[in-house]
Amino acid sequence: MGTLTLDAISRRYATTVAVERVDLDVAQGEFVALLGPSGCGKTTTLRMVAGFVPPSSGRILIAGRDVTKAPPHGRDTGMVFQSYALFPHMTVGENVAFGLEMRKVARAERDARVREALRLARLEGLADRLPRQLSGGQQQRVALARALVVNPAVFLLDEPLSNLDAKLRAEVRIEIRALQQRLGLTTLFVTHDQEEALTMADRLVVMERGRVRQIGTAEALYERPADAFVAGFIGRCNLLRGTPEAPGRFRTPGGALLPCLPQQAHHGQVLALRPERIAVATAGDGLAARLVAVTYLGAQTEYHLDLAGTRLLAIAPTPAEGDPRRALAPGDAVLALWDPAEARLLPAEPGDLPDDAT
Amino acid sequence: MAGSRLQRAAFGVAVTGAYGLILAPVLAVIVISVFSQEIVSFPPQSLSLAWYANAWEKREFARGFATSLQLALVATAIGVPLGTAAALALSRARLGGVRGALNTLLLGPLAVPGVVAGTALYLFYVRAEFWVDDDIKGTFPGLVAAHVLLTIPWTVRLVAASLQGLDRAAEEAAANLGARPFTVFRRITLPMLRPGVVAACLFSFIQSFENLELTLLLVGPGRTTLPVAMLNYLEFRVDPTLAAVATVQIALVGALMLITDRFVSLSRVV
Ligand SMILES: Nc1ncnc2c1ncn2[C@@H]1O[C@H](COP(=O)(O)OP(=O)(O)O)[C@@H](O)[C@H]1O
Ligand SMILES: [Mg+2]
Repeated sequence: MGTLTLDAISRRYATTVAVERVDLDVAQGEFVALLGPSGCGKTTTLRMVAGFVPPSSGRILIAGRDVTKAPPHGRDTGMVFQSYALFPHMTVGENVAFGLEMRKVARAERDARVREALRLARLEGLADRLPRQLSGGQQQRVALARALVVNPAVFLLDEPLSNLDAKLRAEVRIEIRALQQRLGLTTLFVTHDQEEALTMADRLVVMERGRVRQIGTAEALYERPADAFVAGFIGRCNLLRGTPEAPGRFRTPGGALLPCLPQQAHHGQVLALRPERIAVATAGDGLAARLVAVTYLGAQTEYHLDLAGTRLLAIAPTPAEGDPRRALAPGDAVLALWDPAEARLLPAEPGDLPDDAT
Repeated sequence: MAGSRLQRAAFGVAVTGAYGLILAPVLAVIVISVFSQEIVSFPPQSLSLAWYANAWEKREFARGFATSLQLALVATAIGVPLGTAAALALSRARLGGVRGALNTLLLGPLAVPGVVAGTALYLFYVRAEFWVDDDIKGTFPGLVAAHVLLTIPWTVRLVAASLQGLDRAAEEAAANLGARPFTVFRRITLPMLRPGVVAACLFSFIQSFENLELTLLLVGPGRTTLPVAMLNYLEFRVDPTLAAVATVQIALVGALMLITDRFVSLSRVV
């Protein structure tokens, strides 16, 4: 059993189900990201763990103790809010000391721990400032230090980077991850930014409309998505509607027969194929396709293909100069080739296929 | 651009005009208080502080000032905590359908003309005196009870406005760090509401200190507030003594506003 366990927790509101039977086990020192589009129930899940939202059903365990009914102040979680939620009338030092004060930590130890937390968050010399005298990035680090200094059993972060500019976000991402690993913090992190989740988390929980679609490492989610939603949400993916024929064959509406992983037809009705696993060639093996558009992106080139009426995106490292593929232009006939093992049948629910899947 | 310059000039004139209209009576009172002659006429024969000396000699003004000061302080001390609690209940408690009614009730005294409320209170006091078999009208507690009514709507409005802008996440953060509900209130909520509460104190004090209409029927012999003392004086004489007293009043209220503004920026809360 992990440090944090969610046992089938749900949260229903009058008109919506914000969270539906979410199960999750977070191990000691593990960093888990809740990832999903806006409104999928990430914040509600986090707030149930912190104790601000009572679950409609299910149980929450922290360090083996059932805290489902415990008030927020009795849970030993450290939360970083999206808005930082600093105490505006207290100095940085007082903000960071607050949790220790509540835990009745002796003065001398409190001062030492505050100093250490400020050092870790690179806030030395700012202890006597008020929050409004700090930049956004500094305020964000105060919020981190304030939550970390009490050494919580579970560290909770709700989109802590969303109010920072892009450059700072990339830096703080690395900082938070380094701190979390150094202190061995059990962490639940909420984000709608897949890059953030992929680069920071040990494991990801992909949520959609209140439900967990898949839990796994970044690699597992990317290579072996459980359904069309996960395949489309993590990275880019060609998601093709059609009919599975005899194992290893998939029929597109336009009549083309695509090679795929031999699976039982009931596995799903959507064929998922990552664009970088498709090779585009001018001669040799492959399925005949017509080039619709070519986008040169420096290191990579995107090829938009039309395969008997089915749109397909292929991405490849830009070929060297002199390679015949460098001269490809819209309208040209090309050949598309992939390892059948890369094309998988996935189940799909209504709404799982975004219109711009390719 | 010429158009926008013209607009800006027109705006400037309008603002100056509005301020002039508001401040002219105040300035007139201050100016008249130092004219030496009894019947006001321009230009003054000479300037003097004689009316201030006269006001000081009329002990009813000094006594009225003392009563008004005490009354305003006590009414504020009682009304602001009550109003703050009411504002918190309005915005936080689960009140269901009662919320709207309660809100109207608490802000009600603002809508009732002072004379009407004063008459109603007078009649109520007469009835209540019969029940408790003791004096209420003309007593200090009777006046305090009436003036608390004046302070509550202002406090509810100002504190409710502060509560609107309050970041609930800060309270949640405190709870998350281990603070119990009452500690959250004492250490986080109340300090964050401070500007609203300070402004409520100021406005409550001024409301009580300057009130004439509501108080008129409730004062008793030897228990007269400054505005009522001024009105009484007016029945016998019309001379700049009243302007002198009013100038002292204006100075006190002005000083209070300046001091308050140093603690909380009033323009941000009101
Ligand atoms: N207090 C509430 N009352 C009613 N609906 C709510 C409440 N809080 C959240 N919801 C709904 O629950 C769903 C999930 O919200 P939320 O957890 O904030 O999503 P996320 O953080 O993933 O964007 C949304 O549809 C939202 O409208
Ligand atoms: Mg959210």
